[in-house]
Amino acid sequence: MIKNYLKVALKVLGRRKFFTFISLFGISVTLVVLMVATALLDQVFAPEAPEVHGDRTLGIYQVGLRSEQIAYTGFAGYGLLDRVLRNLTTEVPAVERTSILSVQSTAISYLDGKRVESWFKRTDGEFWRILDFQFLEGQPFSQDDEKNGHHVAVINASTRDRFFGGKPAVGKTIAIDGQTFRVVGVVKDVPVLRVVAFSDVWVPISTFKSSTYRKDYIGNFMAILLARSRADFPAIRSEVAARLKAAEAGIPNPEMYKWIFGGADTLLGAFSRVLFSTNSLADSHPERLLGVFLLLMMLFMILPTVNLVNINLSRILDRSSEIGVRKAFGASSWTLVGQFVVENVFLTLIGAGIGLILAAAVLSTLNASGAIPYSDLHLNGRVFLYGLGIALFFGLFSGVYPAWRMSKLHPVQALRGRQV
Amino acid sequence: MIHLQEVSKLYRTDRVETTALDNINLDVGKGEFISVMGPSGCGKSTLLNLIGLLDEPTSGKVALDGKAIDRYGDRDLARVRNERLGFIFQQFHLVSDLSVVDNVEIPLLYRKMSNKERRRAALAALDRVGLSSRTRHFPTQLSGGQQQRVAIARAIVGRPGILLADEPTGNLDSQMGDEIMSILEDLNANEKTTIVMVTHDPRMAEKTHRVVRLFDGRQVQ
Ligand SMILES: Nc1ncnc2c1ncn2[C@@H]1O[C@H](COP(=O)(O)OP(=O)(O)O)[C@@H](O)[C@H]1O
Ligand SMILES: [Mg+2]
Repeated sequence: MIKNYLKVALKVLGRRKFFTFISLFGISVTLVVLMVATALLDQVFAPEAPEVHGDRTLGIYQVGLRSEQIAYTGFAGYGLLDRVLRNLTTEVPAVERTSILSVQSTAISYLDGKRVESWFKRTDGEFWRILDFQFLEGQPFSQDDEKNGHHVAVINASTRDRFFGGKPAVGKTIAIDGQTFRVVGVVKDVPVLRVVAFSDVWVPISTFKSSTYRKDYIGNFMAILLARSRADFPAIRSEVAARLKAAEAGIPNPEMYKWIFGGADTLLGAFSRVLFSTNSLADSHPERLLGVFLLLMMLFMILPTVNLVNINLSRILDRSSEIGVRKAFGASSWTLVGQFVVENVFLTLIGAGIGLILAAAVLSTLNASGAIPYSDLHLNGRVFLYGLGIALFFGLFSGVYPAWRMSKLHPVQALRGRQV
Repeated sequence: MIHLQEVSKLYRTDRVETTALDNINLDVGKGEFISVMGPSGCGKSTLLNLIGLLDEPTSGKVALDGKAIDRYGDRDLARVRNERLGFIFQQFHLVSDLSVVDNVEIPLLYRKMSNKERRRAALAALDRVGLSSRTRHFPTQLSGGQQQRVAIARAIVGRPGILLADEPTGNLDSQMGDEIMSILEDLNANEKTTIVMVTHDPRMAEKTHRVVRLFDGRQVQ
């Protein structure tokens, strides 16, 4: 039965080459765009190396400080995060590890008199234990290095190429941002879209030239917390919220700010907190961000779907005799709906196949072009499943209505070849 | 076997109202071979479509095998058409995208059976109409007479008790028409298939058991 359907489907596709081309083009281009978009999102949000534990990581990515007069929304200072995280792992066993890290900034070096810019991030030792970097040589710096202000650095492969001509770098020194560091490890490049992990050079926080940062509530730091499991998220969230509240008592400039807002979020939650919070990051609604993603995807998919519906309707005219015959010989309306939906899903799956190949090509071109530094975009199983889901969406939604219209054709009219 | 009682069919379009059939009473017994004759537009096809459950009468009763079908839903009608009826059309109505044997299999797609059984039955039906050598061809590669024989094979593949043929020889030259006619006579004589055939050709009508004449939607004689 299905075989018979597919035979007809293939023939119909071959017979109406122009329509087939338009349909397949619409489906595959839409899929390419969506799959490239999901691959990008995946690179930010999916729990992949080095953020292997992304699915059980919470972060304090941004905070809000407010009074009646002014409001600050942005990165936290080290002092605030340090206070919130202090003894958290011992007091709340659900928290396995915590880490404080700075937002990467550009730092200047001079190589043979030439100015070179690198991304520069300051972290503690725990950073290297929560994230799983792939070390090409050496090893990360430790919590001890951080405590003692050792001038050590981990660099990525690209930086090793730039500074050391690609030769082993561990043990050598690197001058950056007016300071000198001894290289202790070299890691594989991390895509720029990995906001927590990404940098070119990582050094201990304590190598700051001055120590005033230790007290600040506002700065350019964030924190990540590794939970033992996702089930612990609610408990950890409320503990962090309570600690942020308690930290209000220690605001260094109480004449300016009175209240602290924020919380521990998943990465997705953090984005939506920034996007949707009506009250200085008071609340986070990751489901809203997901909703917006889905809505955008839907909107983007409506056009090709409508296009497909029209193409499918026009195919009816072509096939009224076949419909009449099938009805005369015992096909019920539902059987016919089934046939045309199967045909349409088949068509969209062909489109999906083409889209998949095109998307893989686009992604590897993007990777090679260097438009997104160190991007490692790829079609993984998840993105493939998204694509498949999207294709099925097309197949079903663009097929059901025309199929229903077709099946409602009166057999006598259909055999006469009347227009719908 | 076929029972029509006071059957009328009206077609209403925006302004005009056409009486395609007016108070028809007709009984066709098992194994009968009847022909329906009359000028163009007198309602012959309409009559055949009503018998074939492809259309519903405006008033009156249609019964097959003693069962009135007026309360049947889409699914039941489809099942009865599939099991009890076989259609042959003037324009053949073969699915041009399917090979000869795939066309013949169509009625069997709507029955529970294996692909193998389907294929075997389709090949047997094609053998019956003398087309065993053309099973992999496509309809457009065949002559009109051959196409109509494929259509007959499709109509008989499910072994229906009733064959409905609407001007089956209307598009064929007289020699091909005679071939088709002898296949139908053979099916009627040897398989006891009940046949209702619409025709313009008195030579064909002569060979049937009985002629029903229509004029302007009414039965004459
Ligand atoms: N769908 C329809 N709408 C309106 N009038 C129709 C329709 N089908 C048939 N008729 C009319 O009904 C009459 C009988 O048609 P038909 O049964 O096809 O005649 P025949 O087959 O004898 O040539 C004709 O006058 C025709 O115009
Ligand atoms: Mg007619």
